[in-house]
Amino acid sequence: MRANAVLPYVLIAPSVLFLAAFFLYPLAQTVALSLSDADGFTFAHYARMAGDLNFKDALVNTFLLVAVVVPLQLIAALGMAQMLTKLRKGRDLVLWVWTIPLGVSDLAAGLVWLALLTDRGYLNSALFALGLIDAPTGWLSYETPVTLFFAIVLAEIWRATAIVLVILVAGLGLVPKEYDEAAQIFGATPWQRFTKITLPLLKPSIQTALTLRTVLAFEVFAVVFALGGTSFPVLVGEAYIWQFQNQNYAVASAYAVLVMAISLGATVFYLRVLRTPPEARG
Amino acid sequence: MKLLKAVSAAALLAFATAAPASAQETVFMSTQLRPIEEAQKVREIILRGAPGNPTYVTEQPPQLTVRMRAEAAASRRTVSLVGALHGELQPLLPAGALDDISDVAARLADRGIPANLMELGKLGGTTQAYIPWMQATYIMVANRRALPYLPAGADVNALTYEQLKEWAKNVRERTGQRRLGFPAGPQGLMARFFQGYLYPSFTGSAVSAYRSAEAEAMWVWFKDLWQYVQPNSASYNFMQEPLMADEVWIAFDHVARVLDALRQRPNDFVAFPAPAGPKGRGYMPVVAGLSVAKDAPNRAGAVALIEHLTLPRTQLLTAAEVGFFPVVRADLPADLAPGVRLAAGAIAATQNARDALVSLLPVGLGERGGEFNKVYNDTFQRIVLRNEPARAVLDREAENLRAIMNATQAPCWAPDAPSRGACPVN
Amino acid sequence: MTARRLVYYAGIAMICAWILVPIWLIAVGAIGGRQGVFLWPKSLWPREFSFAAVELFLRIEGVGKALWNSVLAAALTMVLSVALGAPAGYALARFAFRGQNAYRLLILLTRAFPIAILALPLTVSFIRWGLYDTVFGVALVHTALALPFAALVSSSLFAGIPRELEEAAWVFGCTRLQAFAKIVLPLALPGIAATAIFAFVISWNEVFAASVLTVRERTLTAYLLTVLSESPLHFRFAGGLVLILPSVVFIFAVRRYLFAMWGIANR
Repeated sequence: MRANAVLPYVLIAPSVLFLAAFFLYPLAQTVALSLSDADGFTFAHYARMAGDLNFKDALVNTFLLVAVVVPLQLIAALGMAQMLTKLRKGRDLVLWVWTIPLGVSDLAAGLVWLALLTDRGYLNSALFALGLIDAPTGWLSYETPVTLFFAIVLAEIWRATAIVLVILVAGLGLVPKEYDEAAQIFGATPWQRFTKITLPLLKPSIQTALTLRTVLAFEVFAVVFALGGTSFPVLVGEAYIWQFQNQNYAVASAYAVLVMAISLGATVFYLRVLRTPPEARG
Repeated sequence: MKLLKAVSAAALLAFATAAPASAQETVFMSTQLRPIEEAQKVREIILRGAPGNPTYVTEQPPQLTVRMRAEAAASRRTVSLVGALHGELQPLLPAGALDDISDVAARLADRGIPANLMELGKLGGTTQAYIPWMQATYIMVANRRALPYLPAGADVNALTYEQLKEWAKNVRERTGQRRLGFPAGPQGLMARFFQGYLYPSFTGSAVSAYRSAEAEAMWVWFKDLWQYVQPNSASYNFMQEPLMADEVWIAFDHVARVLDALRQRPNDFVAFPAPAGPKGRGYMPVVAGLSVAKDAPNRAGAVALIEHLTLPRTQLLTAAEVGFFPVVRADLPADLAPGVRLAAGAIAATQNARDALVSLLPVGLGERGGEFNKVYNDTFQRIVLRNEPARAVLDREAENLRAIMNATQAPCWAPDAPSRGACPVN
Repeated sequence: MTARRLVYYAGIAMICAWILVPIWLIAVGAIGGRQGVFLWPKSLWPREFSFAAVELFLRIEGVGKALWNSVLAAALTMVLSVALGAPAGYALARFAFRGQNAYRLLILLTRAFPIAILALPLTVSFIRWGLYDTVFGVALVHTALALPFAALVSSSLFAGIPRELEEAAWVFGCTRLQAFAKIVLPLALPGIAATAIFAFVISWNEVFAASVLTVRERTLTAYLLTVLSESPLHFRFAGGLVLILPSVVFIFAVRRYLFAMWGIANR
């Protein structure tokens, strides 16, 4: 079994080398940039970041968005995946339609949702036609933070639920049907079968989907910029503004390092909470 | 898997055969004239018959900075000629990305580019960093439907800030909508409004009087104006869209960012100068310049292109086709398209106004230009949108402003009185 | 049909509409003409049909080449990320080895760090390595972005394939490699195809790296987006549509692989 000690490292080695060259190397340079100035080592850029006008808002907004969007997406995707298993005809077509947002870039998604929700957009046109409003009404300004927040949540759910769905569907495909049939014979209700059989067997996929989706959710900014402009600061958006508008690469790097630390914290959390012991893996 | 194999084989083949750049090509990268129709006009009309075999590539300003810095750091070049705004070229100089083109400036002496514009192109140094390419400024645009609400006795071409407030107030009271708009979105040019318009008009200064009593009164006034401003302003990057959507009736923006509205519906809009305050009608000319990249792969081609682009003939063509105005002596043709004529009229009215108060673009800030803008944007955010007391905010942000000035040692520029050493924040 | 069945089908139809209506609205924006995007109140049907905006896009100099570059970059990304990610996924699923969690964190890092902030050091390196302004260079960065998907998704797939199947094959004299090739791979292939599709779509939609790392060899996304941000609104919708359609068609074309997953469940 000596080979088994080496084999996993052989299998991961190519990707580690690849990431070292194309990711870790520039990453190290960026982290160094955030921790140094002309005189050497410094935390000044982090202090500058923490003291910035938008820092606290960006931090709170980002967490709020992740905390609302990710669970909703998981629930929606689980529901959608369950609906698909029961579908007899046209399943291919339905799954295709449901995965279309995979192909929509975040910039295009921002554009569409702006067209829907802006003052003279489709939503207000519909409300106007129904007689609920008599003139264009704003939903997306700093004066309406609650509706702005929900608009961003909606756009994110539309754009990024498909990725969770595909991961879960792929996982469901491997859950043996026999378990479910057996439980049915013993008279388990559909809810019992879902919570006692499907969910536990789906755990590796759920862990993957949650981790990926959470990490991506912390990166959100294009849709937020499109819908909320400067009214809804988020961490990555601030990193972009520091990098490109303010041209202070060091503070931008500090923001990016912070985002990374938070994402990694979330990942470790999922690894712990949703751990699958090796003996339980099939 | 067959599919994968075929595709990967094709991809590798394409990689192996990717042709190197042809030797005489001149890559001309521009942050200006980026919109699809404009870029097509540059390629098909303005650069037709131009020397140097130009390849016109557009790039968004942030990416331009990254690219030019990276090419400078690795000292291997693809781009030869860069066309960008004064403020976008400024940080490239300390990054070592721009060549000294004093020789080109000497060759263009007979073009009649005004000396003060040429001076701007030195970016506060002694050698020429860019050659002025095109000019523009900021203007106001209003929907004709807003005109009936103008306060009595107000002339739209000689508006004051008080009248603007009155006007916006009338619109709000009688239509129930807030329809004055500013480009205060993430990519909007709002900071230039404060630096070149509001501050000079109210305080006669942009930097030294930053925290003066007049400035405090000005911010209180502006906060009061904001109740008539469309709240979506915090998302507007280009005012032409809310103007065309009727969401905004009165707007301030860079002429290139409202031009599409004027061009599409010249009969629905009027264009006019920004208002005047107690100290005059502050305005800021915008200059786009042409720079040659350091160690450019084709410097001769880039120089030939600069010569082509600054020909009076090309300059007039540029004005007529894309609405940026000449930097050389040349009279605009009478047959301009209606939308361009509206914009040209507003610019002329601004420059010729008796109370005009020129505010130059910041010079000598190097890569701190962005943080300089941030001071003004943050002041606005705090005082107007977050209801913080004006005095405290001004005192606090003045520290940041002072730090930038001291770090760069940038002397004052108009309308501030010239200073020895760093421009003081009194 | 029972009432329950009816509610069920209505639910499916509603979710389909929720996905499709916004896409339809982009199309209306793109073909409704220059003024159409500013109408109030808006209608769900374009007032005039004009493919002028879409046509102009397709006729701009270099769109054809940019399209080809996009396809190449996406295909390379697909191949590279599966080639690098799937073995790693197998290792994560089958072995308990030291550093496993560290490795998981490493691959997630690439998604946890905003790529745009890396643009400057990355571009400098790429120029030095001769990868600047090449499609291959773009594909390498996109592979770094797609790798977490490839590795993690394939790992959860391999984890779902009972280890006993593989062990049985060893008992019958297969080597580890043979067992993998004959037993595990066929079962996992559809899921791996799904990860390849992810990789393709990630590369297709990625703007930032593609734009900073190229000058002439632009991908379609990078090419369109530099002209898009300041273009009139209906052009932006047309650009959005032009970018969305190919990836939707791609997902449709390879849906067989997406759905082959179901074959296993229904065996």
